[in-house]
Amino acid sequence: MASYAMSALIITNLSRNFGGLQAVSNVSFTVEAGERRLMIGPNGAGKTTLFNILSGALAVSSGSVVLFGRDITRLPAYARARMGLARTFQITNLFPRLTVLENLLLALLAAEEEAHSPYRPVRANYSLIHRANRLLDEWDLGAIAGKGAKEIAYGQQRQIDLVLALAARPKVLLLDEPTAGLSAAEVVRVVGMIRSLPRNITILMIEHDMDVAFELADRVSVLHQGHLIAEGGVEAIRNHPQVREIYLGLDDE
Amino acid sequence: MMNFWLIQTLNGISFGMLLFLLAAGLSLIYGLMKVLNLTHGSFYLLGGYVGLAVLHLSGSFVLAALVGSFAIAAIGAIMERFFLRRLHLQELPQALLTFGFLFIFSDLATVIWGTNPQTIPKPTILAGALQLGGFFYPYYRLFIIVLGLIIAAVLWWLQDGTRLGAMMRASVDNEEVARALGINVSLLFTLVFGFGAFLAAFGGVMGGPIVGVYPGADFDVMLLGFVVVIIGGLGSLKGALIGGLAVGLLDNFGKVFFPELALFTIFAPMVVILALRPAGLFGRE
Amino acid sequence: MSTPYSKQLGLRPRLGPIAVVATVALLALPYVLSTYHLGLVVQMMIFALFAMSLDLLLGYAGMPSLGHAAYFGISAYTTGLLALRLSLNVWLALPAGLVLAGLTALLFGLLALRTRGSYFLMITLALSQVVWGIAFGWRSLTGGDDGLPDVPRPALGLHLPWSLADSTPFYYFTLVLVALALSLLVGIVASPFGYALRGIRESETRMIALGYNVWRYKLAAFVLAAVFAGLPGSLYAYYNRFVSPDYLHVARSAEVLLMVILGGAGTLIGPAVGAVLIVLLENVISAYTDRWLLLLGIIYVMVSLFAPSGLIGLLREFRPWRATP
Repeated sequence: MASYAMSALIITNLSRNFGGLQAVSNVSFTVEAGERRLMIGPNGAGKTTLFNILSGALAVSSGSVVLFGRDITRLPAYARARMGLARTFQITNLFPRLTVLENLLLALLAAEEEAHSPYRPVRANYSLIHRANRLLDEWDLGAIAGKGAKEIAYGQQRQIDLVLALAARPKVLLLDEPTAGLSAAEVVRVVGMIRSLPRNITILMIEHDMDVAFELADRVSVLHQGHLIAEGGVEAIRNHPQVREIYLGLDDE
Repeated sequence: MMNFWLIQTLNGISFGMLLFLLAAGLSLIYGLMKVLNLTHGSFYLLGGYVGLAVLHLSGSFVLAALVGSFAIAAIGAIMERFFLRRLHLQELPQALLTFGFLFIFSDLATVIWGTNPQTIPKPTILAGALQLGGFFYPYYRLFIIVLGLIIAAVLWWLQDGTRLGAMMRASVDNEEVARALGINVSLLFTLVFGFGAFLAAFGGVMGGPIVGVYPGADFDVMLLGFVVVIIGGLGSLKGALIGGLAVGLLDNFGKVFFPELALFTIFAPMVVILALRPAGLFGRE
Repeated sequence: MSTPYSKQLGLRPRLGPIAVVATVALLALPYVLSTYHLGLVVQMMIFALFAMSLDLLLGYAGMPSLGHAAYFGISAYTTGLLALRLSLNVWLALPAGLVLAGLTALLFGLLALRTRGSYFLMITLALSQVVWGIAFGWRSLTGGDDGLPDVPRPALGLHLPWSLADSTPFYYFTLVLVALALSLLVGIVASPFGYALRGIRESETRMIALGYNVWRYKLAAFVLAAVFAGLPGSLYAYYNRFVSPDYLHVARSAEVLLMVILGGAGTLIGPAVGAVLIVLLENVISAYTDRWLLLLGIIYVMVSLFAPSGLIGLLREFRPWRATP
């Protein structure tokens, strides 16, 4: 079936429990290639657990994950990354004592065959460094290339987090609350970055900020206590009775 | 023939009880404070030496055991309060600090008590042997086994049945919340560290008549203690007991059958556990 | 080495001129120093390499090991035994030591690398102590506590007018081998592999998310560090003409770890400086007192409390350097 093979991500009957706690219950959905799918739901709904399962950081208890036709359910996390599945983290996860440029070099080297070679000093690899600089310039971040990653502003750290995930030209991008902890101006910047991403990247994004979520989404999936309770376009979800009930009184700031 | 196996098994179990004392302290300290106490072997050794000194002065084994254990417990508490606490939550610096103290105590011991190996004489009440079927077995070793079981039971009760145990569990789970609830976590840390030292030193005195007190005992005993927690799981009391008995038996039979390669009999099970269950039989993480 | 992008890759101290001066000095030393002092420099070179091998593991890959002496000692015993019992020449005995050190590290790495943090520390220590215990107890093979005396100096098998039994030729022999190993280490640390190790040190989860097979890198670092520890071990065996369980003892692991931390982990040159200082200190102290281990312990306590980034860390207060290559 041609359309089957084209779906970016097919999640089928995914479950994950921790001892007695059912974190994710029988979740199934399909994300089409190029789609912007937003995952929303109250705290503890299982969104980050689901992400960790998709990226391979956590094993499933049952169910399957298929990435562009390949079953990756048992594949180790690093192998999924090599297949084009990239992610960002809820808490910024950079290489703190390296410079921003070095952070990027590591991201670019991962995709190269030369990552395995013990020789050829990185500092002399001008073409690689040039590419890293260009990538930073594309996002107007060239000025901080030489700064230590832990020394730049938090907002810029979140942006670099995103750039690192983009460096290997992923096919599917998992964004875990990319605007968390950002000021209004920084949120605008990050949302702009995400919106400008080309459609050959499929995006699955967790977001708490409803405005951001509805602004970026093609479709929305709603998780509650580990279950997928609703899925649809922005308007459908906005007016969905169960969704409104869950969020009643939980107005997003 | 049967007697031989019985005797060796009992030897292994009695030695295993000493190891349990050591491992229990290690696990308690790690379980609560996430500190890998590399000084633990020193506590054992110092306990033995101080106990021996007290025994020479007073003639009382009981006094030796008590003074030895409490003195070293005090040293441990001081070490925690004035040194370890400054490195709170820094795992590697803390381990290195305890590493440093290991060498300090090791060298000081040779300065104070010399380099000759010594033994602690058994208390006269326990100096004899019990007739068990076709052979005689030393009262002292039987005493160690019984004492070990009693201490295990007490530790279990402390951990599961008292408020102290509950406070410890709370502090492990979430220190901030524990403090907010009014638990004096800092004091708890000092007490537990001191208690761990107490157990090790007590083991040192009790082990004196069996294992002896000699330079290098700190390193030897530390290794065995580590093997116990590697096999049993770091942070688990059950693991300390089962692991202690296992290593005690393995070490004993190893020395009997392969005197030159005794450490292989410990090495092999350690490798197996690491290969199959890296966290130990009852460990978490 | 300064490139157009130096600033973006982090400032480094200008080592070029220092390296030149150091090389000239090292080549000229035999003409200036007494045999005793020359021997001291040989020891410094040996331990500098030993410390740098641990730096690869601890400073670059972020994997602290309390049992690094195991590989130093295994290589020393292997080389010593082959040279002594089988009269093998250095071209066989030395590499054999490195191979055995590497294989041991492969086994130990496979066992230890499934753990982290304190567990990992404890396992590296325990495994190393077991090796010590085996060396100590297996008298028929290793001579036990008495060690292996009369290990012959390396026979090059070439018909040269010098013998490595003399101190000056042995000095140059050591210098050449250590320099070779050092250049290899520098190359590794500057390479993509070296950068990957730094990434692993900074954030394993990020490295995995970027597609790196982190476990394999850590194992490779573990084995490489062991091989680079084996070379100084075998050299030390040749130098002393003697191998004993002391080569493998916890105290040896503690010394080399202190060299790395004191000098500053993750810089290669820091640990080398640390090694020079510790060797000097030990030689001076041992002339007056037996209390070396006491001093070692005290320095440990001081360093962990007051200077966990070592001397380089203190120097950085004045200049915002990071690392060499």
